[in-house]
Amino acid sequence: MFQINRRRLLETSAIALLLSSQSSRAALIKGGIPWKPGAADPPPVVRPGPWHFFTAQEAATVEAFVDRLIPADDLSPGGKDCGCAVFIDRQLAGPYGHLAGYYMSGPFQQGTKQQGPQSSTTPAQHYRTALAALDKACRSKFGGKTLAQLNDAQKDQVIGGLENGSFELDGADSKEFFKLILKNTQNGFLSDPIYGGNKDAASWKMIGFPGTHYDYRDWIGRHNQRVTLPTIGIADHPNW
Amino acid sequence: MARKLRHKDVVIIGLGWTGSILANELTDAGLDVVAIERGPWRDTATDFLISYAQDELRYRLHHELFLRPAQMCVTFRNNSSQTALPVRTWGAFMLGNGAGGAGVHWNAETWRFLPTDFTLRTHLTQRYGANFLPDDMTIQDWGITFDQLEPYYDQFEYLCGTSGQAGNLKGAVQPGGNPFEGPRSRPYPTPPMKQGYGHVLFAQAASELGYKPFPQPSGNLSRSYTNPLGVTLGQCTYCGFCEWFGCANYSKASPQTTVLPVLLRKSNFEARTDCEVTRINLDRSGKRATGVTYVDTSGSEIEQPADMVLLCAFSLFNVQLLLLSGIGAPYDPNTGKGQIGRNFTHQTMSGALGFFDKDKYNFNPFVASGAIGMCIDEFNGDNFDHGKLGFVGGGYIGEVQTNGRPIESTAVPPGTPAWGAKWKQALHDNYLSTIVGGSCHGSMYSYRDVHLDLDPTYKDRFGRPLVRITIDFHDNELKMSAFLTDKYAEILQEMGAAQVVKKPRKGPYDVTQYQTSHLNGGAIMGTDPGNSALNIYLQSWDVPNLFVQGATAFPQNAGYNPTGTVGALAFWSAAAIRSQYLKNPGPLVHA
Amino acid sequence: MRSRKQWLFALASAAALCASACGAAAAGIDKQDFGQIERGEYLAVVGDCAACHTLPGSGHAFAGGRPIETPFGTLLSPNITPDPTTGIGAWTDQEFVNALTKGTGRHGTRLYPAMPYTYYTKLTRDDALAIRAYLNTVPAVHNAVQPDQLPFPFRMRWTLAMWDELFFKPGTFHPDPKKSAEWNRGAYLADGAGHCGMCHTPKNFLGADDKGQRLRGYALQGWFAPDITNDSRRGLGGWSVGDIVAYLKTGHNQTSAATGPMSETLNLSTSKMTDADLKAIAVYLKNETGEGNAGKTASADPPDQTVMKSGEQIYADECSGCHTPNGKGIAGLFPSLNSSPVVQQTDPTTVLHVVLRGALSVGTKPAPTAPAMPQFAWILSDKDVAAVVTYIRNAWGNSAPAVSAGQVAKTRKMLVERSD
Repeated sequence: MFQINRRRLLETSAIALLLSSQSSRAALIKGGIPWKPGAADPPPVVRPGPWHFFTAQEAATVEAFVDRLIPADDLSPGGKDCGCAVFIDRQLAGPYGHLAGYYMSGPFQQGTKQQGPQSSTTPAQHYRTALAALDKACRSKFGGKTLAQLNDAQKDQVIGGLENGSFELDGADSKEFFKLILKNTQNGFLSDPIYGGNKDAASWKMIGFPGTHYDYRDWIGRHNQRVTLPTIGIADHPNW
Repeated sequence: MARKLRHKDVVIIGLGWTGSILANELTDAGLDVVAIERGPWRDTATDFLISYAQDELRYRLHHELFLRPAQMCVTFRNNSSQTALPVRTWGAFMLGNGAGGAGVHWNAETWRFLPTDFTLRTHLTQRYGANFLPDDMTIQDWGITFDQLEPYYDQFEYLCGTSGQAGNLKGAVQPGGNPFEGPRSRPYPTPPMKQGYGHVLFAQAASELGYKPFPQPSGNLSRSYTNPLGVTLGQCTYCGFCEWFGCANYSKASPQTTVLPVLLRKSNFEARTDCEVTRINLDRSGKRATGVTYVDTSGSEIEQPADMVLLCAFSLFNVQLLLLSGIGAPYDPNTGKGQIGRNFTHQTMSGALGFFDKDKYNFNPFVASGAIGMCIDEFNGDNFDHGKLGFVGGGYIGEVQTNGRPIESTAVPPGTPAWGAKWKQALHDNYLSTIVGGSCHGSMYSYRDVHLDLDPTYKDRFGRPLVRITIDFHDNELKMSAFLTDKYAEILQEMGAAQVVKKPRKGPYDVTQYQTSHLNGGAIMGTDPGNSALNIYLQSWDVPNLFVQGATAFPQNAGYNPTGTVGALAFWSAAAIRSQYLKNPGPLVHA
Repeated sequence: MRSRKQWLFALASAAALCASACGAAAAGIDKQDFGQIERGEYLAVVGDCAACHTLPGSGHAFAGGRPIETPFGTLLSPNITPDPTTGIGAWTDQEFVNALTKGTGRHGTRLYPAMPYTYYTKLTRDDALAIRAYLNTVPAVHNAVQPDQLPFPFRMRWTLAMWDELFFKPGTFHPDPKKSAEWNRGAYLADGAGHCGMCHTPKNFLGADDKGQRLRGYALQGWFAPDITNDSRRGLGGWSVGDIVAYLKTGHNQTSAATGPMSETLNLSTSKMTDADLKAIAVYLKNETGEGNAGKTASADPPDQTVMKSGEQIYADECSGCHTPNGKGIAGLFPSLNSSPVVQQTDPTTVLHVVLRGALSVGTKPAPTAPAMPQFAWILSDKDVAAVVTYIRNAWGNSAPAVSAGQVAKTRKMLVERSD
């Protein structure tokens, strides 16, 4: 009937924010495990919709590209239908696209291969530049057609040429761009469906990875047996 | 002008494994302790939710639980002829951040070093002669023995509930355990983990070849366990998302799951997170620490005075802080003088891919845990005769595959196109029947030219020099790696692999290739200020009220994961502080 | 320390039995009787005075000012430190005893029944005076609290006279001669200072105990305080006396963990009580015969099988990792859902609260782990929550009414509107 108010208790018990006149901020942890009801930081779930990063032209090129990197066949839908272009679009629009968290102080100088990436160019910038250069190169080589307008054999020819560097891009490095888009496409294909690629967990079904099951205690001892659990993702549960 | 706070008995820099253990020990001794942690607070139900913990993109690819290089970075070069450049995104090692430190995202592989690892120079010299060791190899004895440390290995394992099979109980070799391990006083606190098909096949093949395989000691627990502090851990469910990830069901030993619930309840402890210590402050003599200065998230500088400082910030940052605070003499590889920054080491990892017939083998690689696996130790340390081999060192070899994560752990046979229909087919055909995660956990001994110092060019967000790593592989380690890899490949063949692709470690050391985060040395322990930065109790020779915890103290690395030894040293150091230092503050060893 | 507590228990039981036998109470407060002060401190813990009268983080014990939610509005608890102007320093001992046992304040004004005088009335005069003796020794804090925060007409204290007339029967505890001393002690504590029914007994529309449903559970503050009769399915029937004692003392036992408002009761009250007193309460609750104890409760209608199948899948994917495939969880870490009384309450509010928002279990010295359940509101829709909660309420031999998506939606909305 008459209820004790818990607001003050939770606010003041285990975690207090020290606020000084300079609004200094540090979390003070004292007295117990700090926990707030409903605490969570779930991943953003990608929803279909307009492109967040790509222009329509860029998107068309990328969709064509990913659909050849991962062609449709009996094993799975193609990269486009799996959502790999959507994946890349959302990633480029997000922290990954601008190298959030990277050390971005200068001086920038090229080092050895062993010293890793040293460029200040972000993936977002890289795609912008390289896609424009790719369209330009395709138009020039294929009578005004961009990648999306070529037939499959021609697309493969272009992609193979980027891979080995023979298809040159004006203002971009073919091999570097190929490596980037290949990595992003395959990551989109194989990551959790919430990120926009791997629609319906198509790649996981293809390889036999049952997804985000947490409890395999019943399976650790069943050697050389196919796991018969439904394929699920963080937000993909057709079995519910 | 820094705002000065009220005095504390102890200030601890970093709330990872060693910071948490030391804080708990010293608050038990009645001291008023504050821990300053650079990263955020982390806890199971707030940060490692079962509904989204298994996210390879977020945690493995995008490094969510790790330190952001933007917050603090390091620079790297192979040798002094090069200009060191920033490691703008982590690759070869993953630096932890936040409460719990690496204890949150480690695999929980919990090993002890060999007895001979502690008296390495003496032992190798006796066995092979001084000329057998390369001139520029700077290995040395630790100053303590395995037997001295054994009770503290035990203490750390019982804190964690480590799951394993004893191999040597008080001198008696036990079947099913590691026959090479040093004598332990009692069995592991919980039984070994269950193993998957690939792991078991490895053990069978290894046995057939005459080796003695045993289960890897695991801080993912085989069953629920309540530790001596009264904290309860759960049972690992083989979820396959261990290293790089937080554990959602309290079954991975970490500061959060073993110590912090008890520590946080104490009225004489508090932690301040999201604060970066910029300096250990010294008095005018330079021989006594007066506390630390740190910066909070608004950029305010704050001074925390204390009687005692514990530096628990991980090897790289321990050394960086020592150098920035003017403690000890910086190491100069040309003259060999100075102790701070010397004998830095990593690990020499290698492995092989084993492709098996997909119609006969299904390894369910995704059913796994962080420290699962069957291992052999015949080729670790000096467990074998190196006389004709031309190298020293070694490592355990094991089928220790921890996961079947689609991006990280899908392998295709050599020659497979990188894209297209054939790539898809190869992925489909090989995912369930390939062993990608076997490993040779090779040692890295210390060398004159492998060291840490401060970078002359690159700065952190406070304008302080970054720590600079100068490291490359030496012939000794590369020879060892090739040897171990060959041994592993033999076992894979014996297991029935249709194709084995050996991947021995090759130089130069590449900062983009992940090789564990086992970074050690830089302020090593020893018997004399002439050969070390710390005495055997991890007390600074230069500043006696400063203790430096962690693998910084290792004079060289061994062929094992270091955390077991890090935990043991923390308890060993804590015991010395409680029983000797607090009664009589001052140098514990007079050299 | 243990022997002192045993001595206190013996003394207290003797006092309880003596009060009715002797009629008149002992003489009053002896300022030099430290035993009385210690006894008072203990009784203040049993009565959990601090839960209402101490504002957490204020550093001023018993100085009042803590907001107390009631269905009729928010009250602020009064200052019960010995301050003469803003506390109770100027009150007479009789006025203090009347506050506890008759529900009247200074000069005989009626107290709001937010003050559990309907329960404290059972206190013997001796015990009430002991509490007074203890409160006389706490630091006096000058803190003027304006207690009348309720809107019209509830701030009219004369309405309380009517309420008391209808629902309050003052009178000290009368031990039952047919029961053991231990049972009587338990009854004295649980129905008296412990005021368990304040949260665990359902109320009527005027906020008074529904006496026909004693200790059958009550919904408050976004939770459902469960049935603590000896009902075998929904109450403590499946718990031994030892299980109850472990729970009250440490916040955990083999199958359950305390969370929510009960965490505070653990921290401030029951974890500091003697083992003997906790056992007495347990014995009393286990042997509680009276109206409302129906023994094994009838099962609910069997739930929709489609819902059960969906719930089973959700359980396997999201819950089993901690609560294990057979629902038994891990002792001391993850509560057992299998045969759980909390899961099988007719009112599913607590289960819904825990699933939607998560819950931190209490940490105590003997059981410091304090594991927390994470929230699932972000990933489970109302339909999903309904399915998985219906599943756990009816799997493994459990039986309780199914939960609908509509119920979940209402609970979700209610929780979102709460800041605590």
